[in-house]
Amino acid sequence: MAVAKRIIPCLDVDKGRVVKGVNFLDIKDAGDPVEIAKRYDDEGADEICMLDITASHETRDTTYKTVESIASQVFMPLTVGGGVRKIEDIKLLLRSGADKVSINTSAVENPEFVKEAADKFGSQCIVVAVDAKLRESVEDSWEVVTYGGRKRTDIDVLEWTQKVKDFGAGEILLTSMDRDGTKEGFDIALVSAVSESINIPVIASGGVGNLDHLVDGIKIGGAEAVLAASIFHFSEYTIKQARDAMKKAGILVRD
Amino acid sequence: MTKVVVIDYGMGNLHSVSKALETVASSESIEISSDSQVIKSADRLVLPGVGAIKECLDALSVELKEIVLEEIKKKPTLAICVGMQMLLDSSEENNGVKGLSILEGKVERIDDSNEVKVPHMGWNKVEYLKDHFLFKNIPNSSYFYFVHSYCCKASRDELTATTHGEKFVSSLAKDNIFAVQFHPEKSQTVGLELYKNFLSWSI
Repeated sequence: MAVAKRIIPCLDVDKGRVVKGVNFLDIKDAGDPVEIAKRYDDEGADEICMLDITASHETRDTTYKTVESIASQVFMPLTVGGGVRKIEDIKLLLRSGADKVSINTSAVENPEFVKEAADKFGSQCIVVAVDAKLRESVEDSWEVVTYGGRKRTDIDVLEWTQKVKDFGAGEILLTSMDRDGTKEGFDIALVSAVSESINIPVIASGGVGNLDHLVDGIKIGGAEAVLAASIFHFSEYTIKQARDAMKKAGILVRD
Repeated sequence: MTKVVVIDYGMGNLHSVSKALETVASSESIEISSDSQVIKSADRLVLPGVGAIKECLDALSVELKEIVLEEIKKKPTLAICVGMQMLLDSSEENNGVKGLSILEGKVERIDDSNEVKVPHMGWNKVEYLKDHFLFKNIPNSSYFYFVHSYCCKASRDELTATTHGEKFVSSLAKDNIFAVQFHPEKSQTVGLELYKNFLSWSI
């Protein structure tokens, strides 16, 4: 008996609407976040992740309102990320009903922010989102990238995840920017390298195109949880189908 | 009208707790408050808690601590996560802190040497050791949502056990106090059922 592996649908939210971009160009409206969150709740998702991709900061209030409406109607864990830069941002998100807050660029720009946040709110609610890209020169080596993969940082992913773990991160949301949007499956080598090197939970993300990919992320990659967006949004697969596929593969999931 | 007060001392996901209560409430009023008079006037109390235990204990002012200690001895009380841990004798967290000693037991770091990830984060089974009204209509071995790095490993007030690497106490009960390590407000149907039971629990 142990903790069940988690299936986490992710909502990319822009100005209060769920969107799904294909290569950041053809942004499709995928609906109302509260309605979609409720559907995932009914289907038995283990958690929900909401990433605010709104570029401008003036719509921050919309984000808090969306979080509040989701949290009022869905009684499951909710992680919120995107544009989290200050302690005050975390406080407001938690107060709006988020259970965990995910930090990305601001952690890279100021690693001490992770420490400050974990000390203040506890490691259990601080997720560090790591966007990783294969290095061109070295095999099986990844570097942290920011700004949606456009900016390389030269920071080694394994060193970085160890560092943020030591600073108090409670979980790593690991996205392969090489795979994101490709539907070719997770970068399994990346997932397994990170999962083996640290003892905090790792959520695998980026590249899911079918249910076997979810299974591989856990069985081969060793992730504690798998995250996917598009395969669930357009009802290509339901959460239940994902759970059944994992169960069939011998993975411990919730009944 | 029955009044349920969620004690607000600045720590914890009060919003989710009160929304879960509102969802299952029939005629009860649900209030979030840090006011001693309001807490005194409550029929039922909820003590949430999220984050580091020292921050939580420090956040309880001297006055609030006294009221809480006095009031939770006589009213049906539900304590959640760090709210539960605070009611025990002591915790190893933050280099050791003294608890409120309402329930018996100490809080220790989850051992991560046997290949388990810490924090214990996610859905895990709650196994009944004794019957309790708050688990009415909830099947044994149901999955509840956990997120914590410290746990109580043994207590004479133990009600259920859960395994993450090793067994720990996932809920405790004594007289009018019911305390859980997991988050019923994040545990979908079974969690809402537990809140419903809490509202109809008579002692």
